Amino acid sequence: MLDKKLLTVACAAVFATLSAGAQAQYSGNVVKIGVLTDLSGTYSDLAGSGAVLATEMAIADFIAKEKPAFKIEMVSSDHQNKADIAANKAREWFEREGVDTATELVTTSTALAVMKIAKEKDRIALINGAASTPITNEQCNDVSVHYTYDTYALSNGTAKAVTQQGGKTWFFLTADYAFGHALEKDATAVITANGGKVLGSVAHPFPGSDFSSFLLQAQASGAQVIGLANAGADTTNAIKQAAEFGITPKQSLAGLLMFITDVHSLGLKPTQGMYLTTGFYWDRNDETRAWAKRFFDKQKRMPTMVQAGQYSSIYHYLEAVKAAGTDDTMKVMAAMKKAPINDFFAKNGVIRADGRMVHDMYLVQVKKPADSKYPWDYYTIRQTIPADQAFQPLSESRCPLVKK
Amino acid sequence: MEIFGIPSALLGSQLLIGLINGSFYAILSLGLAIIFGLLNIINFAHGAQYMMGAFIAWLALTKFGINYWVALIATPIIVGAFGVLLERTMLRKLYKLDHLYGLLLTFGIALIIEGIFRDQFGISGQSYDVPELLSGGVNLGFMFLPIYRGWIIVAALTVCFGTWFMIERTKLGAYLRAGTENSQMVQALGINVPLLITFTYGYGVALAAFAGVLAAPVFQVNPLMGSHLIIVVFAVVVIGGMGSIMGSIVTGLGLGLIEGLTKVFYPEASSVIVFVIMVIVLLVRPAGLFGKA
Repeated sequence: MLDKKLLTVACAAVFATLSAGAQAQYSGNVVKIGVLTDLSGTYSDLAGSGAVLATEMAIADFIAKEKPAFKIEMVSSDHQNKADIAANKAREWFEREGVDTATELVTTSTALAVMKIAKEKDRIALINGAASTPITNEQCNDVSVHYTYDTYALSNGTAKAVTQQGGKTWFFLTADYAFGHALEKDATAVITANGGKVLGSVAHPFPGSDFSSFLLQAQASGAQVIGLANAGADTTNAIKQAAEFGITPKQSLAGLLMFITDVHSLGLKPTQGMYLTTGFYWDRNDETRAWAKRFFDKQKRMPTMVQAGQYSSIYHYLEAVKAAGTDDTMKVMAAMKKAPINDFFAKNGVIRADGRMVHDMYLVQVKKPADSKYPWDYYTIRQTIPADQAFQPLSESRCPLVKK
Repeated sequence: MEIFGIPSALLGSQLLIGLINGSFYAILSLGLAIIFGLLNIINFAHGAQYMMGAFIAWLALTKFGINYWVALIATPIIVGAFGVLLERTMLRKLYKLDHLYGLLLTFGIALIIEGIFRDQFGISGQSYDVPELLSGGVNLGFMFLPIYRGWIIVAALTVCFGTWFMIERTKLGAYLRAGTENSQMVQALGINVPLLITFTYGYGVALAAFAGVLAAPVFQVNPLMGSHLIIVVFAVVVIGGMGSIMGSIVTGLGLGLIEGLTKVFYPEASSVIVFVIMVIVLLVRPAGLFGKA
């Protein structure tokens, strides 16, 4: 008797599963998210395992709150900042493992490679870590979203604010590769537009470790501001050595691509007073604090804007899948572009035709050591840069998808 | 006054900075040269051991409050002991094989060490403050020289020439040199050659760790700090002549100067100049500037 009852329950369960599968339009009966990031190299602190955690949190929160009818799975992989590795993994995920979206994608070269494959295989690329503007300009496509930030927003925010506050003459320390030169070019345009002048620049090899030679050249130029058009360890070493050689605070530094992990690793002494632009600061309001504390409990570090953006983008993606009732790429993309993004990361964020998610950015100043009251209390928010001013306007877009 | 269109003050400061970086090259290439000279091992873990030096100094300061001066002595001993362990348990088995095996083993070890540190401490790096006694700087007229940078030159040159003296002018050094020439004969004379070899490897590794502690207050202490440097240092050793003690010291300092000048005249080439010189030297003098053909 008991056996019979058990059998009935089992049959009902099987039937329920089958019918659910038949009704819903989810490939492989599951929505599968692939986190393709730098898990071991230069960017593993600002993206890396923290981005994987943010994805897990987004999935868990989404399931708890929305109780979706579909199953969600996550896979992750280390692309080692190499475009070929990223491309191979994305192809494997899309072709054989039924991954619906490849996400995070720090470093521009990996992002561009995966965007192309996503287009070819009709899947989605959600880009958070990569910074360069070609992603939403020359190389844009209709299956990719550039979510968190880009070099335009950063140089625009920081260079504009510093120039307007009297830093009229600039000298650049530029990482000698496409990214560094792009950053310098973007910033130079903003500086000249605001009445400033660029006195010179020096292109340093990437990666470098001793920047004292270049810093002394910057010092000799007599410029008020030394712009750091580089990232990661290059930026932190340059800042540290500028303090060592007594260049700061006589001349000030402007980091054009800096993350809270960089400030944390240097400490406040050499970084105090610096301006930088960010898409997220954990201590901005109650909402950001609540999320960041949950993140911190697991990761033992406060989230960077890339990690916060990763959470937000994944949650938004899952909401779009639910709204569309399918994981079909174009339908989900349409749903993502239709719904505004409102969470701790963005208020009324919108994904434009070029794939750029526009949201407010924040110009922050690094606190003096004496003003920092608790761990990770690093920034004072000086200005909220409204979404429509923070990013490159559509009128300047070089993306073929933008109708002018 | 200008020299080749560059103000002489700027040129002077660049030369001095070149010398400081050259001090790091000298001390690191010296360790490599000693190890290669006696063990015939191309120690690819040298960069990782340099990084360990910096990290252990940082750990000692932040976790145990051990100051810079103690760390400067203790860290090379700790990392050197780690080297001894490595030699006794693994490297020892490879002496009779081709150079390539030693290179592969040490390369693997380097990757493992860097992986462990990266996993434990992340990639952004840690800050190590300049010790109180050496903080601040002096105005030399043509530049502001941080006292600590001056200390680097003094400390590195002292250790380099001390090592040179020990190897070239003392009895222990004579045993070492004899051991490289003909280890069987030296062994027959009653000298414990395997112990000598272990000591040498440990000392070479300790030199790397010493450079690491010296570097900690200048560069961010980062798990990959050695891997960027080690390639240049290998080029320095090749230019100086594999295994040549004085060669590695002089070449290290000289290349630091040349690199410093390149940073003013054509900065884009500053990471390549050492390798350009390496190619020229290999074509003209395949055994290196100071090597015996």
